[in-house]
Amino acid sequence: MKKKRAETLEDAVANVEDGATVLLGGFGGTSVPEFLIDGVCDRGLRELTIVSNNAGNGRTGLARMIEEGCVAKLICTFPWAKDSFVFKELYDAGKIELEIVPQGTLAERMRTAGAGLGGFLTQTAVGTDLAEGKQALTIDGKDYILELPLRADMALIKAYKVDPRGNLVYRKSARNFSPIMAMAADHTIVEVAEEVAIGDLDPEVIITPGVFVDRYFITGPYDLGRGKR
Amino acid sequence: MSAQINRLTPHLLTRGQIAACVAADLEEDWLVNLGIGMPTLIPEYIPPGRDVMFHSENGIIGMGPPPAPGEEDQDLISAGKGLVTLIPGGAYVNHTDSFAIARGGRLDCAVLGAFQVAANGDLCNWRLPNQTSGSVGGAMDIAVGAKRVFVTMSHTTREGDAKIVAERTYPLTAGGVVTKIYTDMAVIAVTPDGLVLEAIAPGLTADDVQAATGAPLDSANVGTISVAA
Repeated sequence: MKKKRAETLEDAVANVEDGATVLLGGFGGTSVPEFLIDGVCDRGLRELTIVSNNAGNGRTGLARMIEEGCVAKLICTFPWAKDSFVFKELYDAGKIELEIVPQGTLAERMRTAGAGLGGFLTQTAVGTDLAEGKQALTIDGKDYILELPLRADMALIKAYKVDPRGNLVYRKSARNFSPIMAMAADHTIVEVAEEVAIGDLDPEVIITPGVFVDRYFITGPYDLGRGKR
Repeated sequence: MSAQINRLTPHLLTRGQIAACVAADLEEDWLVNLGIGMPTLIPEYIPPGRDVMFHSENGIIGMGPPPAPGEEDQDLISAGKGLVTLIPGGAYVNHTDSFAIARGGRLDCAVLGAFQVAANGDLCNWRLPNQTSGSVGGAMDIAVGAKRVFVTMSHTTREGDAKIVAERTYPLTAGGVVTKIYTDMAVIAVTPDGLVLEAIAPGLTADDVQAATGAPLDSANVGTISVAA
């Protein structure tokens, strides 16, 4: 059986390269893979394209990545939160590119990539600024735009429990984008609080099967729902 | 105009009173998505015993009120990033399933804020005209998918300009989707025949509301909003 467990943080993120497109888990303060992000920052990587719902909060996580100059482009849904001041400063200075995508479209573009499809049609954003440059189609009298898959080199996500095959379960609303991102990347790296033995995860409740997981790093027990800080 | 608003201010509904108006119209067994801001006040005004379920686009079906002190869990947040709970019988889903619920027509209602609403139901709530970029979040997906879109907002801008207009001048979120508008002055239905003034705040007249509205209102059957003393 392939060993998916990385013993060190450095080892876990060793495959992330300059210029990579990286799907980054996280919705607000939940499910942000802060250990993996710190690992990427410590490597001083450059020119990353980051896909994330938010544009970083405070000065940790994605905000640290942005502040340290790792990120050339951000693809996200909600960049202008009050605590995304690090992103705003670099954006205003013209130092980071931004692509805004509606949240459901962002999720479905990743799912489509993971499912090996060539795109999908959605009514979301029809007639809006965000439909500019996109192919329009009318089917059964309804207007749609064509959205293309969003595939990435890497996904960095956070989960609650893992077994040695890489099967994952998440916790409460900290699931959100993570299972989709795991599907949509060539290489998926997970930070996870707890490792259990094979057979200890109920197969009926595994959310992400290990086929979508390449590496995982155990962050160790921490207060549930508290994150790294 | 602003002088007129000042004169009327004692008669304007509070945010809580607007939320109560919406809550009265949410029906048993509906699944409802609440936007950020004023809509989050609505659950506390749902009449006891009426089973209305709330959807949060970050993957919660059956979102409950904020947690009691000591029960906070950072892994359980709303789309607005506030701490919440899950009601008994609630469920967590991933982001694509959450937006399948929205676009797939399973939301009986979405209650969203707005910068501007046009007489044809065009919703503008994601970007101001003078901004180069906005935070779209899930607004476009939810607005096109929900069976009904209720808007809560102040009736006019702070400068006294109408926010309900004959034709939109702001960037579009979704075309022709708004079905009802709840403001601090009135409740207005959007119909194929135009805007229908259903009810007005106590102390105001239909003429007061029309003067603050940028499109014709049919006030043939107008009633008065009943507010708690």
